[in-house]
Amino acid sequence: MKLREIAHSRTGDKGNTSNISVIAYDAKHFPLLKEQVTAARVRAHFAGVVEGEVVRYELSNIAALNFVMSNTLGGGVTRSLALDAHGKSLSSALLDLEIETPEDSR
Amino acid sequence: MRTIRIGSGAGYSGDRIEPAVELAEKGGIDYLVFECLGERTVALAQQARMRNPDTGYDPLLEERMRAVLPLCAAKGIRIVTNMGAANPEAAAKKTAEIARSLGLSRLKVAAVIGDDVLDACKSHDLPIMEFEGSIKQLGNKLLSANAYLGAGPMAEALRGGADVVITGRASDPALFLAPMIHAFGWAMDDWNLLGQGTVAGHLLECAGQITGGYFADPPYKDIADLARLGFPIGEVGEDGSLVVTKVPGSGGVVTAQTCKEQLLYEVHDPTRYFQPDVVADFSQVSVEEIAPDRVRVSGGRGTKRTGTLKVSVGYVDSFIGEGQISYAGPGALTRGRLALDIVRERLKLTGVAASELRFDLIGVDSLHGRQVSAHANEPYEVRVRVTGRTENLREAVRIGNEVETLYTNGPAGGGGAWKSARDVVAVASVLLPRELAKPRVQFVEG
Repeated sequence: MKLREIAHSRTGDKGNTSNISVIAYDAKHFPLLKEQVTAARVRAHFAGVVEGEVVRYELSNIAALNFVMSNTLGGGVTRSLALDAHGKSLSSALLDLEIETPEDSR
Repeated sequence: MRTIRIGSGAGYSGDRIEPAVELAEKGGIDYLVFECLGERTVALAQQARMRNPDTGYDPLLEERMRAVLPLCAAKGIRIVTNMGAANPEAAAKKTAEIARSLGLSRLKVAAVIGDDVLDACKSHDLPIMEFEGSIKQLGNKLLSANAYLGAGPMAEALRGGADVVITGRASDPALFLAPMIHAFGWAMDDWNLLGQGTVAGHLLECAGQITGGYFADPPYKDIADLARLGFPIGEVGEDGSLVVTKVPGSGGVVTAQTCKEQLLYEVHDPTRYFQPDVVADFSQVSVEEIAPDRVRVSGGRGTKRTGTLKVSVGYVDSFIGEGQISYAGPGALTRGRLALDIVRERLKLTGVAASELRFDLIGVDSLHGRQVSAHANEPYEVRVRVTGRTENLREAVRIGNEVETLYTNGPAGGGGAWKSARDVVAVASVLLPRELAKPRVQFVEG
């Protein structure tokens, strides 16, 4: 299934860095997120977009992950040539990630 | 326990005005905060001020003030805003003038000045954080340097009896922290309280982004009545307790989900959210829905502030030229790609001097690039977009021209060509030793 089935997401920007939250609708899916939505996978998913590193932070109280992606916004929001200079649409791309689910966790 | 209610009346400079009026009218609020100053806005405002010394503040200041001042004055709601942009003093004078014209001559207006630290930055030649280089190396391209001030001067203005406090560059959460510090007498070294207050300010500062804006994703996340989206209210207790809510009957929702998304918005390491007054820690925050449209947010903490203030440095970076044209119907994608190839080659043939070029098909790959979009379906229509960075306006203009000429020199059926060329004021950051910024409060006669 797609990540979109179990999580919601929002993108923020600062300079040339984008951050994307991935928040479980239901805390029971948080272990699944931690296991499958890794920094390496997010970086691979955004091939051609993220030019820097991806760092993942975990917030267990709210069953959320926060991905911080450097060198992602075309040199910075205020100078980027991109149509979406803020990268606000990136969260929707991340929710397209494929998640493998054990039947009982649905 | 004492509690104050703070309404968030704007999340950016162009934001809707009617939700702020609704807050003042029906929100039962004590304070109304307008966050209107984006990263680069202050640099653009500085350019405006250089052309005319009486300007340089937010272009919507007058419209917003006229809309809310009578209500706020009648109900004793105090206003805090960064609409001063590059000229808080002129903004305060203008506001006092508007108040007079509305028959509110007793209104006390204060400006916080001193965020302009251009001279201090120049004389210390500070290194730039985003790229190799220093302030001096920007030379005459340097436009402005504004420090993110903390809540202290704004709280001082409130203590002095200001009904309206107008700042230039200040940290966004600090606009909300100031009323808390003033109302509850929080110590400026009570890091946990300042940390939790920062959580409140951070959640509220983008206005509609916590009440259902930037959120709806049907059918997974449905939001009712977005057209009448209401703006949030923070109920803050003197112990830092926080309930986020909104005006009953307004559009949108406040839920655990909207609060969680906004908590992480523009946050990097959640254990270290750097602010002028505190290093806030969001990592232990919990949210709990206690009633419809009422979410309790707790667990914000903080550690000691750093010795530096972040400074936004505005500079003339480059010029950007752009052109767009559309293709539709059978074969639209193929003709769009052909158009891009033609422009790519022509820019070379005609020797347009661009340091960076970008070739997009809007509707196909313009947002996430070709790799991420590789598996998308073929669309009915596409829009060609070519943009490039140049050193002067003349070269930038040539980029849009090479797209426009596709009308008569490109594939069949190209329509709706559009072009632009503009200078780019960009923003970088430096860290300024905190003692070099000397903010002060100035009251303006009403």
